Amino acid sequence: MSQTVVIDGNEAAAWGAALSRPDMVAVYPITPQSSLVEYLAKFIADGRMDADLMDVEGEHSVLSVLHGACLAGARTYSATSAQGLAYMFEPYFRTPGLRLPMVVSLVNRDSVSPTCVWGGQQDAMTVKEVGWIHMFCETQQEICDTIPIAYKVAEHPEVMLPVNVNHDGNYLSYGVAKVDLPDQAVVDAFLGEKSINWHACLDPERPMAVDPLTGGATGAGPATFVRYRKGLCGGMRAALDVIVEAHAEWGRKTGRHWSPLIEEYRMEDAEVALVTIGSMSGAAKDAVDEARLDGRRLGLVKIKTFRPFPVMQMARALAKVRAVGVVDRAVNFGWNCGPVFQEVLAALYHLPVRVPAMSFIGGLAGADITVEHFAQAIERTLRLAAGETAVEPVWLNEND
Amino acid sequence: MHELRIHGRGGQGAVLASAILADALVEEGRHVMAIPAFGFERRGAPVVAFLRFDDKPIRRLTNIYKPGIVVVIDPTVGRSVDVFAGTPAGTTLIQATSKKAEDLVLPGHLSGVAVCDAVHIALDIFRRPITNTIMLGAFAKATGMVSVESLIKALEHTDFRDAGLRQNIEAVQRGFAETTVRQLDGVAAA
Repeated sequence: MSQTVVIDGNEAAAWGAALSRPDMVAVYPITPQSSLVEYLAKFIADGRMDADLMDVEGEHSVLSVLHGACLAGARTYSATSAQGLAYMFEPYFRTPGLRLPMVVSLVNRDSVSPTCVWGGQQDAMTVKEVGWIHMFCETQQEICDTIPIAYKVAEHPEVMLPVNVNHDGNYLSYGVAKVDLPDQAVVDAFLGEKSINWHACLDPERPMAVDPLTGGATGAGPATFVRYRKGLCGGMRAALDVIVEAHAEWGRKTGRHWSPLIEEYRMEDAEVALVTIGSMSGAAKDAVDEARLDGRRLGLVKIKTFRPFPVMQMARALAKVRAVGVVDRAVNFGWNCGPVFQEVLAALYHLPVRVPAMSFIGGLAGADITVEHFAQAIERTLRLAAGETAVEPVWLNEND
Repeated sequence: MHELRIHGRGGQGAVLASAILADALVEEGRHVMAIPAFGFERRGAPVVAFLRFDDKPIRRLTNIYKPGIVVVIDPTVGRSVDVFAGTPAGTTLIQATSKKAEDLVLPGHLSGVAVCDAVHIALDIFRRPITNTIMLGAFAKATGMVSVESLIKALEHTDFRDAGLRQNIEAVQRGFAETTVRQLDGVAAA
């Protein structure tokens, strides 16, 4: 029997992890992730979860420990945020090249300097080209459900890549709502028998080298390196279909159907669209509804899967609108815009017509993006549709 | 949709109170979204927690700026922060205080005030001024929006760091029993 609980996003993530039965969890606490790993420690202490927990001395060791466990065939889990991710970066970069199917929650937090311990997606956006799959959750329920889905994707033979399940620090990590915990037997049936890292499992009976020295200018090195890189790109491409299938199967087993790549909200006849990602999306949908009441034909596209980026799905979703406003919770310093905005621009290039788009940046370092902020973004995007240009990003919390 | 703001001080359990109340409201079939406001965390500093609840699903995961109900679980925090900030006409105040309702100096737009000598009750039960669950009893009495039975069920789901379940059940019951409610002239805008 499934069980209804009233919990915050960090506890929802801990439940999603526990129900996926990882063999090993390695942790180092960091705000706003700390309570997540405290819940895991408690689940293990209470006997609700049968995993080895390693409380190590820092995030570099967290991921290094899990590399070893994963290479030995274990299902692994961890969670981190911002500066913890920065300290984890050396083994983080190594993980997708090793094709290790881990799941690590990123409890999104803005990155220093200046000092800040609150929500923002700068951490995830900074590591978007490392080769991890990235999924972003809107609600506490979606966090709990997405972690088992992430294992299904990561461990798929055509994918074999690590997955970051992102949830926004503060608003989701500490925000409390009703969550239906799926039944353990349902999650077990969904994930099936563990078959982790079959391709490179360390086995004393069958010794092999992993992470070979490749590259260079001559010999077999360069072609070998290219083969690794193309393999990783292939796993990413294959992941798009696998993510769709895994979400569909989760829906059949639990009755909860989440949009796997992008969610289109009121887009059927939309003339103007917002693009959102993560926990901001609920307030944005409320603002879209209010604009609709005023006779404006607004729609919204929410990104669930950010890596691999669903390029063609995004292009098709936006093909018929007259203007797009993309709301980011992070900064792309090199392009003076939001990072999701830049991704959407690249997707729009696949359309035969030019669709005007503009960048909104809000919710940095814990700031709130309210329904009123989204109403302002909608008004500005409507003016873009009417011909007013936009050369600079709009910083939504600049005058809060 | 009802919007509630809880004011307290770090260490009194305002955030936990919002989570317990959210649980109790779900027990009664409501949809909830409870969010702690965050800032520099330290004992004694003013703390705010938000809670919205409705019969329909709630999508917005945002702070609350115009709460129709304000619960103040600390008698003195109102000297440090404006507990009435953003409150619309017809707001209900639920205040921890040893004063009588008619002795409070209140803005004219409130439609009701409830008072509970929560610190006195807390010192009886916990030997410390932890007022959060007492003020949930006061909330139940003042608004009728949740039952004591549902609050007790929510307490049973809660891990208490500092006190036991039995003490907190007593706290909710005494908070309910020892809260007095006074109607005021402010009326909700249509």
